[in-house]
Amino acid sequence: MAKADTETRQFPYLPDSDVVAVQRGPEPGGIKGAYRVFGETLRGLKTTMARMIEGPVTIQYPEEKTAVYPRFRGRHKLHRFEDTGLEKCVGCSLCAAACPADCIRVVAAENDPANRVSAGERYAAVYEINLSRCIFCGYCEVACPFDAITMGHDYEMADYNRGDLIFTKEMLLAEPIERTPLRVEGE
Amino acid sequence: MLIAEVGFAEATWILIVKALVIFAAVFAVAPVLTVVERKILGRFQARYGPNRVGPFGLLQPAADALKLIGKEQFEPRGALRLLYAAGPALVVFSGIATLAILPWGDVKNGVGFYGIDVSIGVLYFFAFGGLSFYGLLLGGWASGSKYSFLGAMRSAAQLISYEISMALALFGAILMAGTLSLTEIVHAQDDVWFVVPQFLGFLIFMVAGFAEANRAPFDLPEADAELVAGYQTEYGGMRWGSFMLAEYLEMFVISGIAATFFLGGWKGPGPGFLDPIWMLAKILGLMFLFFWVRATLPRVRYDQLMSFGWKVLLPLATLNALVTAVLVTVL
Ligand code: SF4
Ligand code: SF4
Repeated sequence: MAKADTETRQFPYLPDSDVVAVQRGPEPGGIKGAYRVFGETLRGLKTTMARMIEGPVTIQYPEEKTAVYPRFRGRHKLHRFEDTGLEKCVGCSLCAAACPADCIRVVAAENDPANRVSAGERYAAVYEINLSRCIFCGYCEVACPFDAITMGHDYEMADYNRGDLIFTKEMLLAEPIERTPLRVEGE
Repeated sequence: MLIAEVGFAEATWILIVKALVIFAAVFAVAPVLTVVERKILGRFQARYGPNRVGPFGLLQPAADALKLIGKEQFEPRGALRLLYAAGPALVVFSGIATLAILPWGDVKNGVGFYGIDVSIGVLYFFAFGGLSFYGLLLGGWASGSKYSFLGAMRSAAQLISYEISMALALFGAILMAGTLSLTEIVHAQDDVWFVVPQFLGFLIFMVAGFAEANRAPFDLPEADAELVAGYQTEYGGMRWGSFMLAEYLEMFVISGIAATFFLGGWKGPGPGFLDPIWMLAKILGLMFLFFWVRATLPRVRYDQLMSFGWKVLLPLATLNALVTAVLVTVL
């Protein structure tokens, strides 16, 4: 096949209509070249100067923080009912089942009717998320039938120990210490 | 034997005091320039540059110097001890020596505002410019590393392709002033700065100056992309710091020479004591140009620099010198 191809090829080779001509750069050298080099240099200088006039776009991180979108998936939050103050989580473990990283541990316990912790029959006696394994996919949020867990906006979770990244129920229920700025409309 | 005639010289102690003042002033300015350059480069790239150490990052050079001094003085196994150590010293030495001829003002109350006014003036500058290149060459060669060696060779090839044009670019100004002494040249610009009649010369000098100072776009001897760091590859600690210091000194000196030859040196409106300020302002303005170009242009290829030096700069500089010579004779 390849052999036949070379045999039938014509010389000189004439480009067919389906061949697109390559756009070539201008020939180097000459007066035109010198003019081009000089002009392009000035254009480059103008470009950089414009950046200087524009000013830096850097976000000075520890002091300024990147604003996040409302649907940003940061550190999880557990919620309570606003009126009764009872925990929404009923310890059903659906979030743990949905979690692809297998980083949620739920141990459920029966509610004592005299001293309810959650609104349902049972409550989560232990609720831990290992944030060093979490991939922030948000499946837990989707799986939860009571909207007890949602993804928050915090993204500063660096720590010195892996053990410190296992967030307990109390930590997830508490308000974040520092609020992450939220993006405003149109930003 | 009389090596160079000195136009005007004071008592020895005045000379020593002047030398110390210039030395101290420039050594105070050079570290500030490093941080200023990084800040300006940052602005050109729409970022802040160093701003964490001290107010506005002004203590950055102190932190850098401390780090460099604290580093181990190592030597590669294949290095030639003496030459390896001599390289950085030579560059810094020649950089500082050239500072002596930069004129910061006229003679006032019997004291000249310059290190020394030698009659060979600009030749002194070229002599020490050539010496500083020996520092790079020796340092690169004595390191016993291929990258360093290639960097050193490149700086040699670079030297021959810009040095002649550089000298010829100054020729026009020298012919118009009729003297080599830098103070006399400034005096010759009473009516009009030489940048106007010698604009081409100014351009050529600055372009060649970028090459002389090993600055982008002609920083081929250190070309980080292909040669690691060129002639500096095997250097560390304060020896590397010396090379950096020398680079800034050299930029300073080239800006100073350009200011003297083309921008009227210390001349400027205002009373006489402002003279050094004017000179410094002009030098800093030209150094800003160095930073600006560095932020803009990519490094040229090795052969591009050679052909640019020989095929463009040299003919232009020669033409400039010839035309000026004819005009000066005729008019
Ligand atoms: S965000 Fe994803 S990985 Fe993280 S806990 Fe929820 S389900 Fe698991
Ligand atoms: S957070 Fe939601 S899904 Fe997870 S155990 Fe509690 S109620 Fe069930």
